[in-house]
Amino acid sequence: MTADIAVVGFAQAPNVRRTAGTTNGVEMLVPVFAELFAATGLSKSDVDFWCSGSSDYLAARAFSFIAAVDAIGAVPPIMESHVEMDGAWALYEAWVKLRTGEADTALVYGFGKSSAGNLRRTLALQLDPYTVAPLWPDSVTVAALQARLGIDAGRWSERAMAEVVGGDVDTLLTHPYIADPLRRHDCAPITDGASAIILATGDRAREINDRPAWITGFEHRIDSGSLGARDLTGSPSTVAAARAAGVDGVELAELHAPFTHQAILLRDALGLTKAVVNPSGGALAGNPMFAAGLSRIGEAARRVFDGSHGRVLAHATSGPALQQNLVCVMEGR
Amino acid sequence: MKHPAAVLGVGQTHHRAKRLDVSMAGLCREAIDRALADAAVDWDGIDAVVVGKAPDLFEGVMMPELFLADALGAVGKPLLRVHTAGSVGGSTANVAASLIHAGVHRRVLAVAWEKQSESNAMWALSIAPPFSMPVGAGAGGYFAPHVRSYIRRSGAPAHIGAMVAVKDRRNGARNQYAHLRQPDITMDSVQASTMLWDPIRYDETCPSSDGACAMVLGDADSARSDSAWIHATAMRTEPTTYAGRDQVDPRAGRDAAAALWRDAGIGDPLSEIDAAEIYVPFSWFEPMWLENLGFADVGWKLTEAGETGPGGRLPVNPSGGVLSSNPIGASGMLRFAEAARQVMGRAEDHQVDGVRKALGHAYGGGSQYFAMWVVGRDKP
Repeated sequence: MTADIAVVGFAQAPNVRRTAGTTNGVEMLVPVFAELFAATGLSKSDVDFWCSGSSDYLAARAFSFIAAVDAIGAVPPIMESHVEMDGAWALYEAWVKLRTGEADTALVYGFGKSSAGNLRRTLALQLDPYTVAPLWPDSVTVAALQARLGIDAGRWSERAMAEVVGGDVDTLLTHPYIADPLRRHDCAPITDGASAIILATGDRAREINDRPAWITGFEHRIDSGSLGARDLTGSPSTVAAARAAGVDGVELAELHAPFTHQAILLRDALGLTKAVVNPSGGALAGNPMFAAGLSRIGEAARRVFDGSHGRVLAHATSGPALQQNLVCVMEGR
Repeated sequence: MKHPAAVLGVGQTHHRAKRLDVSMAGLCREAIDRALADAAVDWDGIDAVVVGKAPDLFEGVMMPELFLADALGAVGKPLLRVHTAGSVGGSTANVAASLIHAGVHRRVLAVAWEKQSESNAMWALSIAPPFSMPVGAGAGGYFAPHVRSYIRRSGAPAHIGAMVAVKDRRNGARNQYAHLRQPDITMDSVQASTMLWDPIRYDETCPSSDGACAMVLGDADSARSDSAWIHATAMRTEPTTYAGRDQVDPRAGRDAAAALWRDAGIGDPLSEIDAAEIYVPFSWFEPMWLENLGFADVGWKLTEAGETGPGGRLPVNPSGGVLSSNPIGASGMLRFAEAARQVMGRAEDHQVDGVRKALGHAYGGGSQYFAMWVVGRDKP
């Protein structure tokens, strides 16, 4: 059997509305790497494999991830890969790499400067370019369609959605819609940010961290890209990933839900009844594109590092209306 | 523990400047359907899909694998999207291989594609981000100084580039899928073609193609007697600029090759590799990469002696290579797939006799990204 693999370090840039740096993430990543190395006692030469997640479209340029490599100082050359996905999937690729035995440590990062453009319209370009995207249904509008379908099906209500946010729900419900039935509090903020995680195998993990977050299940699935071809009030890909990963007994869950109704949908899909959900605030408190999913894994792992929880779950999503979903289950030993 | 992995089957499209007869989905499916048939695997046998392509701006769709999920047969399965610039087709194959090596999956579908006619690659590559040095020259203008530097350093005669172009285009004429098929090309015709970026002439330049490539990889239980076993994979990255960087002979390429030969148990690549599919978008990159890969100290002498031709010591790009077909995101996977076809004995009219081990090679960006593999007839 392959060596056990654990998350042993996590750091993130401040989740802010706007940064002054370039869209290639370098200014956000350099301090994140420094924080990770300080916390783990590692240096760049201790990292066997590097993997990142980002989007050229968000950066409004081709090959933004090549410029991001400047944050590493990759001389001598490094063993490295990149996914055009949230960093959570880069972490998955790194986890696979460690399982092959070709590497014992990996540093994985994700970054996104959402403030550089009009995020809602940029994300509309993820839709079918022949029949859907030309109509410009933006990301908030697509989420609103999903929220409306769920309300009409009795799966959730505007009040239940507001309760995901918490606080004075009655007052929240007096606020105007920004895309009926979504109000401002139902939507994740537009966020610039970056985050990074270090993975390590077996004894190496125990050397680096007193209480590593051992990965016991790591699975992802995708649903149809055709909005009309799937039931938007459910998430078969989340259900399948959770079943394969084994989520029984999780005490805490960090969910990558950029909209309140999606938090409800995901709680149901994952069968979370007793677990604490999103103690970090989740994506509704900060949603750096292509890093927010990776940050969920880091935030959940941190609750294992500090000994407060034994078994935790992290979820990441990608694509319109929760099309693609990933589940990572970790535990302390 | 590393689980053995093999190529069970490969497929590719007919590559053309504009495949207006198919959508992006149709293009991918043309390659996938051929790969599944070649592997004798049906959709139920595929555990996961790994997709690779170069910048999304080339088609004008953000993360197109999302809308293509149904066409790629990925619904309900894991789907990964790799992007490592021009090396991405090779990297995609390597990531798919790692899913088998890791014991995560039994059979994985790898797909790489580019449909350049949907958008405008020159536009996509010419966006000027703030704080970055604008290139504004396209790939040919970017690489021409590297070629000139190679000629000066190596003392190569001026006709080497034309020799490579003639060989690869004639090879491409024997490949039914190639975009450019020019059986009548000659040294004279290449040397009479327009000078684009001195010393690179029109006939020494890769085309822009629409095309896709797909492969089915599997574990030991899925492999058959004629499958191509993956003996080693390697990937390396270096920064775009750093003090002392050698763009003609990049260290990332040298390091990747050294790791590849070591892991494949190869001491003398020139005598142990029977065919090589090397990413040569401009003719002069054949001798440059022969040196970078460790096949020769002076690469142009191998080329000049005809040793990289179909009957030579090291047939290079028997498929016609990138000079004959260049769907950018797929170009790297085509190199990996053509290496596997040679090993499986399924390379039709461009089959090299007796191939037991073959190299697939890809590079990307400004020669910062390298991906390679060695496939062979024997189970490692």
